[in-house]
Amino acid sequence: MRAIPDRPVLGPLTPEEWTAVQLSLRVSLWATLVSLPFGVLIAFILARGRFWGHALLNGIVHLPLILPPVVTGYLLLLLFGRRGPVGTFLEEHFDIVFAFRWTGAALACGIMGFPLLVRAIRLSIEGVDRRLEDAAGTLGAPPVWVFLTITLPLILPGILAGMVLAFAKAMGEFGATITFVSNIPGETQTLPSAIYTFTQIPGGDAGALRLTLISVVLSMGALVVSELLARRIGRRLSYG
Amino acid sequence: MSVSVDVRHRLGDFDLAVRFESRGRLTALFGRSGAGKTSLVNIIAGLIRPDQGRVTVDGETLVDTENGIVLPKHRRRVGYVFQEGRLFPHLSVRQNLLYGQWFTPRPQRYESLSRVVDLLGIGPLLERQPGSLSGGEKQRVAIGRALLASPRLLLMDEPLASLDEGRKAEILPYIERLRDDARIPIVYVSHSVTEVSRLATTMVLLSDGKVAATGDTAEVMTRLDLFPLTGRYEAGALLETRIAAHDTVYDLTTLHSPAGDLRVPRIDLPVGTALRVHVRARDVLIALKRPEELSALNVLAGRIAEIGPERGPIVDVRLDLNGIALLARVTRLTVDRLGLAAATPIYAVIKSIALDRRGLSQMPPSGVDANVSL
Repeated sequence: MRAIPDRPVLGPLTPEEWTAVQLSLRVSLWATLVSLPFGVLIAFILARGRFWGHALLNGIVHLPLILPPVVTGYLLLLLFGRRGPVGTFLEEHFDIVFAFRWTGAALACGIMGFPLLVRAIRLSIEGVDRRLEDAAGTLGAPPVWVFLTITLPLILPGILAGMVLAFAKAMGEFGATITFVSNIPGETQTLPSAIYTFTQIPGGDAGALRLTLISVVLSMGALVVSELLARRIGRRLSYG
Repeated sequence: MSVSVDVRHRLGDFDLAVRFESRGRLTALFGRSGAGKTSLVNIIAGLIRPDQGRVTVDGETLVDTENGIVLPKHRRRVGYVFQEGRLFPHLSVRQNLLYGQWFTPRPQRYESLSRVVDLLGIGPLLERQPGSLSGGEKQRVAIGRALLASPRLLLMDEPLASLDEGRKAEILPYIERLRDDARIPIVYVSHSVTEVSRLATTMVLLSDGKVAATGDTAEVMTRLDLFPLTGRYEAGALLETRIAAHDTVYDLTTLHSPAGDLRVPRIDLPVGTALRVHVRARDVLIALKRPEELSALNVLAGRIAEIGPERGPIVDVRLDLNGIALLARVTRLTVDRLGLAAATPIYAVIKSIALDRRGLSQMPPSGVDANVSL
């Protein structure tokens, strides 16, 4: 990015800034939505499953939380890069490419947020009174319907909480993303990458500050919305 | 109506080996806590898979381990009313009620929402959430929910245990109506003598995972050898009676039974109604001569049938009043002083006040009509 003239902090966004905001929202949304079904599944297996390798699976899921993000990003590059085994396979058979695309950013963000998503959902699954599921079974509901009509509605607050956490994590993800898909304006330059870039060029302070403010507002907004939703659902359930 | 169970199951250190067959409308599984009652109903409902055995309801096989049949719970059509209701907290009362019906194929449905709502008096609750209901209301909704799945058997696991006396009294009449109206057999788990003597037509007495006795409720209740299991305090006999007359001056009702007439506080049911009276052993006195100038109104002539085993100062005595069994609890000293022995002619004295509304229950249509717990 070239040096830019001074602009007021509270002025309108430049097209580049606006692009970064939009990209970040898109990346985070996709990361959250696509990882959700996997998150619910893994959370279920971890909450209910009793099998060999339970601890191992739990460890792998939590790995992105404890590894340095750069390491996660590099591992993604090795696996999903153009020459990586998974990357090659997906490109050949499904024409899906992650390397240096916004989809790669979404993948990195999804992986980084995954432990938070699984954790929140797993806790709410463990909180479900399984005797209610038994009751539904005696009323003639097959297992799939028990899940859809009883378990799922009861863990909805946990799912929402997990989604918000994963979304917020995705909005802030920097290390893994920049390592995996670099920092290409308009393609992989998310909010944090853009902020980082602004801080690296002369006269970028105002832009960095503006994007920082937007970042704070979006994160707070997501938290407030989830809090409201959770409270509404919680009020209905607490009567039980 | 028939339920037949023959199962073995091991739960840790506890061995359950139960075999019984009942043709009664309401079969009570009676026993102390830890006797295996709940495990047994869970096996019938399909929540526990027994190690081996058979369960059949009206000829339909639910479990037959020898032939590899163990129907999953959602295909058994066994209604289950749990001790704690277990209403779905995220659904309204109406949605809770209709939950099971939704999974029942149309040809198998025999219950309708309006009938169940009528039977249980839950019309005003339909739009409420379960969390806002009282304990008694919750249980009525839970019963309705089980019925609306149109089950072929209804299991009730201590449905009144978590309620106070007032709420119990509120629900008992509904269960009586259910027993008399329902087209399906009911298996009722309880450790309360009052509930069982009021509701059950047939009784299976469980102890330590085994069947200690089974048969007609009145018969099992008056067996002296089973007293340690049936519970001492509430132990007593069941008299099948019929309302003979009402005395409007003194507010009394005369009940006719083969053992003799009983006068009890006024019961507001028509003359001719059949009532079952639970007479507790500790409310019965024994006299060698017909007592005179006595406050108690009910004096019945008979003989001693059996003197039970001594337990400290107390002895339970079974009386034979014209072929009807009654129990009396007296002290060992009394037995010696009066020289009581089998075949001694005696008079049994029962205070009318001891026979209150709680011991009277209306009888099911088969046999005598109503079962009153005085």
